[in-house]
Amino acid sequence: MIRGVIALLALAWVPAVTAETIAITGGRVLTMGPAGEISAGTVVLRDGRILSVGADVAVPADAKIIDARGKIVTPGLVASGTALGLVEVRAVEAAADRATSRNDLSAAFDAGYGLNPDSMLIPVARLGGITRAIATPAYKDRAGRELLFAGQAAAVTLDGAMLMRRGVAMVLDMGDAGAERAGGARAAQLVALRAVFADVRDYKVRRAAYDRGATRDYMLSRADLEALIPVVEGRMPLLISVRRASDIRDVLAMARTEGLKLILEGASEGWRVAGDIAAAGVPVLITPIDNTPASFEELGATLGNARRLAAAGVVIAIQGNGSHREREMRYNAGNAAANGLDRRAALAAITINPARIFGLSDRIGSLDPGKDGDVVVWDGDPLDTLARPVRVLIRGIDQPMRSRATELRDRYLPAVLSSANGEKP
Amino acid sequence: MRGRAFALVAALSVAGCAAGERPQPSATPAVERVPAAVRDAFPSRYRAPAAPKVALSGATVLTAAGDEIANGTVLMENGKIVAVGAGLSVPEGYAVVDANGKWVTPGVIDAHSHLGVWAQPDSVDALNDVNEMTDPNTAQVWAEHSVWPQDPGFDAAREAGVTTLMILPGSGNLFGGRTVTLKNVPSVTMQGMKFPGAPYGLKIACGENPKRVYGGKGRSPATRMGNVAGYRKAWIDAADYARKWDKWEKGGGAGDPPKRDLQLETLAGVLKGDILVQNHCYRADEMAVMIDIAREFGFRIRTFHHANEAYKIAPLLAKEDICVATWANWWGYKMEVFDALEENAALVHAAGGCAIIHSDDPIVVQRLNQEAAAALSSAWRAGIRISKADAIRWFTANPAKALGIADRVGTLEPGKNADVVLWNADPFSIYARAEKVWIDGGIVFDRGDPAYRRHSDFLLGQPGEIR
Repeated sequence: MIRGVIALLALAWVPAVTAETIAITGGRVLTMGPAGEISAGTVVLRDGRILSVGADVAVPADAKIIDARGKIVTPGLVASGTALGLVEVRAVEAAADRATSRNDLSAAFDAGYGLNPDSMLIPVARLGGITRAIATPAYKDRAGRELLFAGQAAAVTLDGAMLMRRGVAMVLDMGDAGAERAGGARAAQLVALRAVFADVRDYKVRRAAYDRGATRDYMLSRADLEALIPVVEGRMPLLISVRRASDIRDVLAMARTEGLKLILEGASEGWRVAGDIAAAGVPVLITPIDNTPASFEELGATLGNARRLAAAGVVIAIQGNGSHREREMRYNAGNAAANGLDRRAALAAITINPARIFGLSDRIGSLDPGKDGDVVVWDGDPLDTLARPVRVLIRGIDQPMRSRATELRDRYLPAVLSSANGEKP
Repeated sequence: MRGRAFALVAALSVAGCAAGERPQPSATPAVERVPAAVRDAFPSRYRAPAAPKVALSGATVLTAAGDEIANGTVLMENGKIVAVGAGLSVPEGYAVVDANGKWVTPGVIDAHSHLGVWAQPDSVDALNDVNEMTDPNTAQVWAEHSVWPQDPGFDAAREAGVTTLMILPGSGNLFGGRTVTLKNVPSVTMQGMKFPGAPYGLKIACGENPKRVYGGKGRSPATRMGNVAGYRKAWIDAADYARKWDKWEKGGGAGDPPKRDLQLETLAGVLKGDILVQNHCYRADEMAVMIDIAREFGFRIRTFHHANEAYKIAPLLAKEDICVATWANWWGYKMEVFDALEENAALVHAAGGCAIIHSDDPIVVQRLNQEAAAALSSAWRAGIRISKADAIRWFTANPAKALGIADRVGTLEPGKNADVVLWNADPFSIYARAEKVWIDGGIVFDRGDPAYRRHSDFLLGQPGEIR
């Protein structure tokens, strides 16, 4: 109990850091917005927002200057589909809050609650240039619990506050994993989903009757039915993890007849149905380095997926490599570029595209006046492993360029260097 | 394989022969008299291809044995490197590959792979033959008996410049079994890939995995102290077994030989110095304990794998001459990897040790150069100056040392096998891709020619693209 009280007190304490006026000057600015690329530009931040961006903008007299000459300036990167704030050590159950095994909680499970802004993963992701993320729920299956939805994703900010926007998508696995939860067959899941959506529509117009016990039985709990209303109304996107080309077609058909808004994730064989995806106007989240035929639903996986989807006109966002490995997201984008995706498109796939896909582009994703002051200054090409961020700003606040890992490094580095110089440690 | 087999025979038939020494084959090997244990039971059937004379000209060359060479030429003949240098003139009879603006390195070597033993599609249980989790000591199993040469992962790795891999059993057991070193050539049989003369390794696992697997079954080991008791009991048994064979051999092979025991044979091979210890071990404190166990029983540890806390004891590991095979980016998936650093390899290197970037993964194996680049830039960020000419060793020369094949591969030096990668760009750049790959002077991959893609029978007739 005492530990709980201390934790509450800690949460109540908010560091008194206020955004000052900052001018990032002289860098090559890749705005990812209408201003395009500025070979030597200035970005001015005030009160946590972008005040101005351009080659000839005035630097306010009170501005703190960040000299970015010889450097590259980009928007903060946006990681789509992460466990940030929800997991500390993957194999330690108590340090993982990404999933529930409750029988009456699936669609209603909300990753926007229980976020931990002190997570050690956050500074690590930030040192990879990531300033915002989508925190997604995951499944925790057990015998007798075959609920279809993982729950709702939340947009988070990688500073002390975390929650940015709740309910940015409803997460659902289809393909092999979804079929298994639906009793072992793809057809079973497709039928079950249509029945669930029918339940939700029915419930929506009979709430009072439901509370009196005067409706037919629904497949889901009241909380889950409520959570799915924005989905059936096409307001909250359904984020569907799916791989096989035929599954993607089935998902597109279901969305058309049910009036759902879609985001696809995975889509290893997306390149085979790229035209269909583009025609449906559905965006895709991909991990472009996943080129192995890891299951029978992704035998067609290829390094060319990102290039081919983009060429067909699909809006893509590129993901990182899972909870602790989000910092590799920009390398994944670099690999997509190495395999034919245009380099600017690769950068868009980790900035403005995920911001648009999750309805956040009013605030983040590009360096446009009025947007939040999320800026990264790089010592080289942001897609390259050899380059590193030298400054990361979130909402106009200069973030510490430290993580627990760099502190460990600094603790042990002196002994290593002195041993190399022939000194006794 | 022949030469090495003789060396093994000779080493075992001379009691007290120093570990690592390689006596010349005796004129009368008397194979029938020596323990069957050391016979080459599953011999390599790899045959080096007929290799034309090839000259790579105008490249930036990282030899893994010296400085970066600008405008370099690499000459290959009869499957060997014959010359490497700046502005060499190309003798007559060589097919010249214009490598202007491109980079040349030794073939990539992955010191930690499960390709073939946990094959693609890796979600299919039937293809998972990596972990014989039926007893904490399965030193008797050999990874090569699980290798499925049709694993499409071999193709993907080859397209990324990987020419040699050590395939290990999994880490569920204290003693996981023997490793096998493979050449990454298309083959219907495992023997057709087996690296001739490469020594075997023994996979040992520290820490969470064995104690979780067996503790979960209500048997020992359930703790780290249980792990250590398990190792020591096995080494006591192995020493006893080795003594019995020594006694029989000293007696001129008179009387019945001791009964062979596959498990103890492998462990005794470690005590003799013929089998190299490849030890999965994350934490610094556990590595220090393993070093003491090795001392107690008189063997050496060749490599600590994963070893994410190596940086905490980097001077000790350098002094002990133990290689460290690790990643840059992996961390946090369990407690024993919570203290991992991107800089781990660089700190091992800076302490004068043998740093290796390994994969343990069918995706990462395709970008060991990128993983090394992340490790390198983390070093630069920390103010540690390491050149690309040094960092190239992390996935070429140093794994060759860890695998006991550094006399044949790992560097571009005259006399070495012509395992060579031509990259379209600086291999430490994210945009670099292998353009051409040679093994023993024979071309095994050419990005411009679809005939070198998708060899795996499994992929035949399946959806997929060639690019």
